[in-house]
Amino acid sequence: MRKVAIYGKGGIGKSTTTQNTVAGLVEMGKKVMVVGCDPKADSTRLLLGGLAQKSVLDTLREEGEDVELDDLRKLGYGGTWCVESGGPEPGVGCAGRGIITSINMLEQLGAYDAGEELDYAFYDVLGDVVCGGFAMPIRDGKAEEIYIVCSGEMMAMYAANNICKGIVKFAQSGNVRLGGLICNSRAVDNEREMIEELAKKLGTQMIAFVPRDNDVQRAEINRKTVIEWNPEVKQADAYRTLAKAIDQNKMFVIPKPLAIEELEQLLLDYGLMEA
Amino acid sequence: MATAKNKLVQWEPTDIKKELLKKYPAKVARKRAKQILINEALENTTPEITANVRTIPGIITMRGCTYAGCKGVIMGPTRDIVNLVHGPIGCSFYAWLTRRNQTDAGVDGENYMTYCFSTDMQDSDIIFGGEKKLAAAIQEVYDLFHPRAITIFATCPVGLIGDDIHTVARNMKEKLGDCNVFAFSCEGYKGVSQSAGHHIANNQVFTHMVGENDEIKPGEYKINLLGEYNIGGDGFEIDRVLRKCGITTISTFSGNSTYDQFASSHTADLSCVMCHRSINYVADMMETKYGIPWIKVNFIGAKSTIKSLRKIAEYFGDQKLIDRVEAVIAEEMPAVDAVQQDVLPRTQGKTAMLFVGGSRAHHYQDLFAEMGMRTLAAGYEFAHRDDYEGRHVIPNLKVDADSRNIEELEVEADPARFKPRKSETELQSLIEQGFRFKDYDGIIPDMDSGSLVIDDLNQYEAEKLVELMKPDIFCAGIKEKFSIQKLGIPMKQLHSYDSGGPYAGFQGAINFYKEIDRLVNSRVWGYLKAPWQENPELSATYVWE
Repeated sequence: MRKVAIYGKGGIGKSTTTQNTVAGLVEMGKKVMVVGCDPKADSTRLLLGGLAQKSVLDTLREEGEDVELDDLRKLGYGGTWCVESGGPEPGVGCAGRGIITSINMLEQLGAYDAGEELDYAFYDVLGDVVCGGFAMPIRDGKAEEIYIVCSGEMMAMYAANNICKGIVKFAQSGNVRLGGLICNSRAVDNEREMIEELAKKLGTQMIAFVPRDNDVQRAEINRKTVIEWNPEVKQADAYRTLAKAIDQNKMFVIPKPLAIEELEQLLLDYGLMEA
Repeated sequence: MATAKNKLVQWEPTDIKKELLKKYPAKVARKRAKQILINEALENTTPEITANVRTIPGIITMRGCTYAGCKGVIMGPTRDIVNLVHGPIGCSFYAWLTRRNQTDAGVDGENYMTYCFSTDMQDSDIIFGGEKKLAAAIQEVYDLFHPRAITIFATCPVGLIGDDIHTVARNMKEKLGDCNVFAFSCEGYKGVSQSAGHHIANNQVFTHMVGENDEIKPGEYKINLLGEYNIGGDGFEIDRVLRKCGITTISTFSGNSTYDQFASSHTADLSCVMCHRSINYVADMMETKYGIPWIKVNFIGAKSTIKSLRKIAEYFGDQKLIDRVEAVIAEEMPAVDAVQQDVLPRTQGKTAMLFVGGSRAHHYQDLFAEMGMRTLAAGYEFAHRDDYEGRHVIPNLKVDADSRNIEELEVEADPARFKPRKSETELQSLIEQGFRFKDYDGIIPDMDSGSLVIDDLNQYEAEKLVELMKPDIFCAGIKEKFSIQKLGIPMKQLHSYDSGGPYAGFQGAINFYKEIDRLVNSRVWGYLKAPWQENPELSATYVWE
């Protein structure tokens, strides 16, 4: 089983990209579990066709210690197992601690056991790695490969670089590696070249370039992944390409985060070239 | 062997300081050097010590945490206020009744000190927030006991997840109507020692209780006793002596205290400060807001007790009181003198070390002096520079990031309740006669030249000191108790008094003389090593030695 975590700046499209990619893997015949690590519990909406999922933490709170695996996960599109970690309302409690608790609970209940015959477990993690809890999926050999979703916008690249710093920290003490950057295009000038250059400087690769296409939004409004909503559209192929690239990926590195001046220079060289 | 164990290598104080610092890395040694002071007479000034700074990580300090200072020390001794700890159960349990502060349940019988209250936070309360559970716990306490007040203590996790305990308290106070509810942001990690917790507790006591009850209590000479925590019944003995003199204690902060004592404390005419460290700022605020002057007193030691009683009588200036105090002294002292004379031949010339508190290391030197015992080294766990060098250094104290983190209350004269207790001329004439208000000279001037004053002593230095200087007794707290005793030196806890006390006042002095006589003259310490350790039949070394 390959354990994959998807990180990236808030609002960059991690959940959308993850679920669409998972749909691509499912088409290839893979068995996948998706673990949403966001208190909003919206990481599996497209796979499940809605938000009906009860989160791990809600279940734990109501059932006490007497929980079974099937209370926590739900079957979604193409036989994917969908789990939402869940968490507190905005502004109270500790969401990070929630993620730690729910991932531990999944492990104890055997969600990752060989008997489950999973090919992939995906962790879809909230925004930046703001505290220890959000680093949980890359600690202690949980996720082993990480993909960072980014775009050619400065703050997205800045966040990607920051996440790389977090990966370095855990890579030195464990076996987590960076598998590549996924460019979720915002139609910025020279975006592909810039992200390819950023990836090169970080010591990794841009594993796929996902073009901007309103079919993603059309599928979302129907609570479906693009592949499920309309397998014929061009965007479906973009996600199939990404799924295949991840499936065949052999390049796993400890990234080399950039100094802030280096990052800004990159933006100057590519972003403002014509200006 | 046996003789070497008994006495006393003659070390120069500078050598001892060097020995204490020798094992430290250079940077640590540099920092600690500023907290280890050799007492020497300087011209017109006391030597300067560094205090109230962060303990260096890795050092096993004697200090406690801010929560311990707030919940355990200041609020722990109150009896009719329910102290509810918001946090995991251990924080409540291990801060419950551990300081041996005694209480008298009084005529109303209201005493919650024997209960341990906690919200017992679980994993899910950390994740989802504990405010609702806290509100439910307050309601439950109220329904069960209907106390006058419920106070809430924040433990570390509460601060980390950001539960708004003050809003919960405000809402519950409004909802309950006849129960004062307020909270302390006393998370353990705040500040550099428990001193921060004392400050947080006292600020809230002053804000939420003091000044509530204007009813005039009976009594001719009315005082507040600040910084007396009734460990082992100290407060009971002080109260007995004061009552005998005709002095009425309106409030004690906070030994054997009640809600009403705090609420009426502004009606007293004099504040007497025992533990300068934990409460001098309350005395200041009492004076600014209500016009109550304050003096430093010390009821530890018979001579100090006499001095303090005379000082109180001099303040009130009434011949009747002055005569009464003298009569009480004359009545009490023969018993004290008799025991002192009895123990003196056995205790004279023995030596002590005291590392405790923010005042105790100073006060107890008086008792040892009465027994003819010399203090070789002393220091505080959580005191500030003024407790070492005297209040004259206060204007020059450096306010660092850690102290800025603790709220300073700004108070001004209460428009309705401010009433000067003495006129300017009365105060002036007292001062001219040599009477000293709000004055404390600290520990340093009272210690012998060449003795060591050490702030925030730690495990390593304590053991090293004992090894080098071989005192006849070492005084500190429970954490030090057994490591010191294993070195063959009797150890007396001056936080909790082991199982003894009271040691304050006249009866307390008698108890202390007997206890110390028993400890320093016990032969058991000579038998700490087994005969075969002292005189082995065979001796050998390991090959690597």
